[in-house]
This record gives sequence, structure tokens and C-alpha cells, in this order.
Amino acid sequence: MYEFRMPSLGADMEAGTLVEWLIKPGDEVQRGQVVAVVETQKGAVDVEIWEAGTVDKLVVETGRKVPVGELLALLRTAGEAAATVPETPAAAATPQAATAPAIVAAAPPRAAATVVSARQRVAPAARKLAEELGVDIAAVQAAEPGAVISRADVERAAQAKTPIPTVAKAAAPDWHAQMRMAIAAAMSRSKREIPHYYLATDIDVTAVSSWLETENLKRSVTERLLPVVPFMKAVALALREVPELNGFWSDGAARPSAAVHLGMAIAMRGGGLVAPAIHDADRKSLDQLMAELRDLITRVRSGRLRSSEMSDPTVTFTNLGEQGVEGVFGVIYPPQVAIVGLGRISERPWVEGGAVVVRKVATATLAADHRASDGHRGGLFLAALDRLLQQPEKLR
Amino acid sequence: MTSYNREQIRDIIFDALGAIAPEVEPAMIAPERPLREQIDIDSFDFLNFIIRLHETLGIDIPEKDYAELLTLNSAVEYLTRRCAARE
Repeated sequence: MYEFRMPSLGADMEAGTLVEWLIKPGDEVQRGQVVAVVETQKGAVDVEIWEAGTVDKLVVETGRKVPVGELLALLRTAGEAAATVPETPAAAATPQAATAPAIVAAAPPRAAATVVSARQRVAPAARKLAEELGVDIAAVQAAEPGAVISRADVERAAQAKTPIPTVAKAAAPDWHAQMRMAIAAAMSRSKREIPHYYLATDIDVTAVSSWLETENLKRSVTERLLPVVPFMKAVALALREVPELNGFWSDGAARPSAAVHLGMAIAMRGGGLVAPAIHDADRKSLDQLMAELRDLITRVRSGRLRSSEMSDPTVTFTNLGEQGVEGVFGVIYPPQVAIVGLGRISERPWVEGGAVVVRKVATATLAADHRASDGHRGGLFLAALDRLLQQPEKLR
Repeated sequence: MTSYNREQIRDIIFDALGAIAPEVEPAMIAPERPLREQIDIDSFDFLNFIIRLHETLGIDIPEKDYAELLTLNSAVEYLTRRCAARE
């Protein structure tokens, strides 16, 4: 039995509200399939499942706020019989049987802590009324302990003036306040825990700029690349050369990642930001990166992100040049260990071979976790970035 | 080919902007000031703006002409001219 739990969709997330199940008992699910929608402080997220099998039971009802790590659903993996029976692992030493005890062993403390308050039974009519009245259903007490929550209970709670904004009707100021709280928590933790060091280097980007100009001239408007795209690729490739900047710091140790999942800092309309991942950015073509960036920004601004994009960036890239800033010294998003910044591309005087020439120049920056890497290695990263940008035709 | 007058082009511009930045109030846009000073749009939004104009008007706007779309007035001028030129 695979236990599908509320994933952590970022360092700042403690709980999420289950908005919608996209599966029901008996459904077959595939690895990577979006199975639920969860509302977080940073908006609604499509949550994927990373195990294939048959849905056995949905443990949590929609509308509930669920702590990270709590059981959401049970899944029968290949070859497993229906629910409730296999509390004892089957005698046959299948791979599932081998992994199951570890999961079960880890589970009880979490489950025990939440089970008392979590086992709330709510009449559908009561839930509907709670939504209408803006009452947090999770906070409503039944008239008698253990009884099903009725409309009367909800009305009583509403009169007691405990309204909270519902997911669907959340007023804009509240949503923004939530977003600010999420950012505040993550950034405060970062500045409290992470000993940042900061490096900057000016890079001659004339070659990559003119290459892109020529390239875009050949393309129709719908196929054009944004200026940031070749930089994304160069950053991802440079990270491969200095792996200690790509990954996490957790449990007192650096944990570099073999894959480069580039978290792109994307501003949300009206304030706030998220930095979801473009997976394996180092191995994708510029066209692929552009397509994925387009998809990601569109979903950040008008749709929904997927859980894997929120939870697994290995590094963050922030491009603030468009606002005219020359350089950005970022705050690392824990548990990541680095954030790469790019400033405005502008024409500047540049000394080359003893003469002053005009070149297109951009300031690239690195803020990195000194526990995981040193300034010398950080410098090598920026040097690699510079080198890669001088040969834009190789970035394809 | 459809031809457009300035008023129609203006409406098409506002439709395209509205799709990208729903908070935009056409009446609030100062026609001589750069759009990007008045509306919070980045290069991605701007590219989408160009794509929408391309889809509606059927003209391809090369990157080197982006500067012509800086203000509302210059954009109306430029797009009217481009649409007329292909007649």
C-alpha cells in the first residue's frame, strides 16, 4: 500500500487546503499524474503522485486544511489486494513489501498527532453552508463530541464570528497578506540560518545578444526567444561545473543534486513571487526552455503550478534587469544553497586590448551558502558562466 | 485584407493589453507616456502583447520595431502604418 501524503511545496509551507480530488477510489493512476488540487499561501497547486497503482481510499475530504506529511490517500501498487487486509506485509518478498515497513514505521507519530482533530465528519449541507457563510469548517465543533457537524453547528459558528476567507472567495488583500507571510517566513529563515556570501561580475554579453538578435530575426513572433533564455541555459551548464552550488543544505550537510532544476523567480501580477522549477534545464534546448518558461509564467499568472515544480528547484535564478537594476544580490530560498542574479543588459565602455570600446554588458551575481561552498568556487561558477556566454551558438 | 482606422487600432491595442494586464483602465493610459511606465508588464508580457497584435492584425512585428510600440500614440501610428502598407 502506498501512502500518498501532503507534499511540502516549498520550505515555507506548513499546511495546505485540499480543494479538489481529481481521482476516486478504483481509479488507475500513473506516476506524475495530477491527482489533487491544493491551495497554498502561494496559490492553488496541482499535486502529482509519484507512484503508479489503483486508488484504494481517499482519506481526506476536500475543504480541509492538511498539515504537510499527513496521509491524503491510499494507493494499491501493482499486485496488491484491496484495502484493509494487508496490515501485515505479504510473505512473498516483493519490492513493495520490502519498502512498506519503513513507511509504516515512519507514519504513526504524524498520524497519531492529527487523527483526533482530523476525524471531523461533516454533513454535505453543512459544508456548503460553511462555504457560503465564509466559516472555516475545520474550526466548527459539533454539538456533541464525535457527532456529525450539521448546518446548525455551522450557523452557531458563524454567529460566533469566526469567519475566514474561503478558498474560492478569498478577498485579494487576504491573499496578498498570505503570500507576504509565506515569503516572510522563508526569507526570515534564510537570513537567520544561511551565512550568505555575495559575488558579482560584469560579463560582456555582446556575442549572446547579437546571436539572439539574428536568431529571432529568422523566427516568427510566436517562436521568438526571450533574452533570458540563453542565460538560463548558461547558468544551468555552469552549475554542472560547480555542483556544490546546486542542491540543498539539510541536516547539517550539503547535498548536491545531480540534476539541475532551475527555479525561475517569477513575479506575480499585483505583487508576490514564486520560483518554480524548470526541470533538467542543463539538458534542454533553448526552444524547450522557452516553451517551458512560457508555460510556467502563464500558469503562475493565470493558472496553476504543479507540485513538483514547487518542491524541487535545486537553485534559483532571478532576472531583475528588466526593471533597470544593474545587479541583484538575492536571498537564498532554503534549503537551496545558491541564487543567481542577472541585471540589465546595457551598453557600457569596456576595455579590450588596450582600447575603450562599447560593449553590451550585464552584471551577473551569485549569493551562495557559505556552509556549502566557498567564494573561490563561487568565483569559478561566474567565470564558467562568462565563458559559456561567449559561445552562444554552443548553448543551443 | 481588412483595413483599420486609428480608433479600431486603439481598441485592438487595449484588447491585447487587457488580456495581459486585466487591471488596465484604458482611460487611465496617458497616450504619450511609455506604456511600461504605466502598466506592470515584463518582457514576457510584452512578447504576448506582440503575439496578440500579430494574431489580430496579421502583421509580423520584428524586434527592431519594438521601440515603435513604446507609447500608445506611437503604437497606434506604427500599427496603422503597417496595416495600410500591406493593402
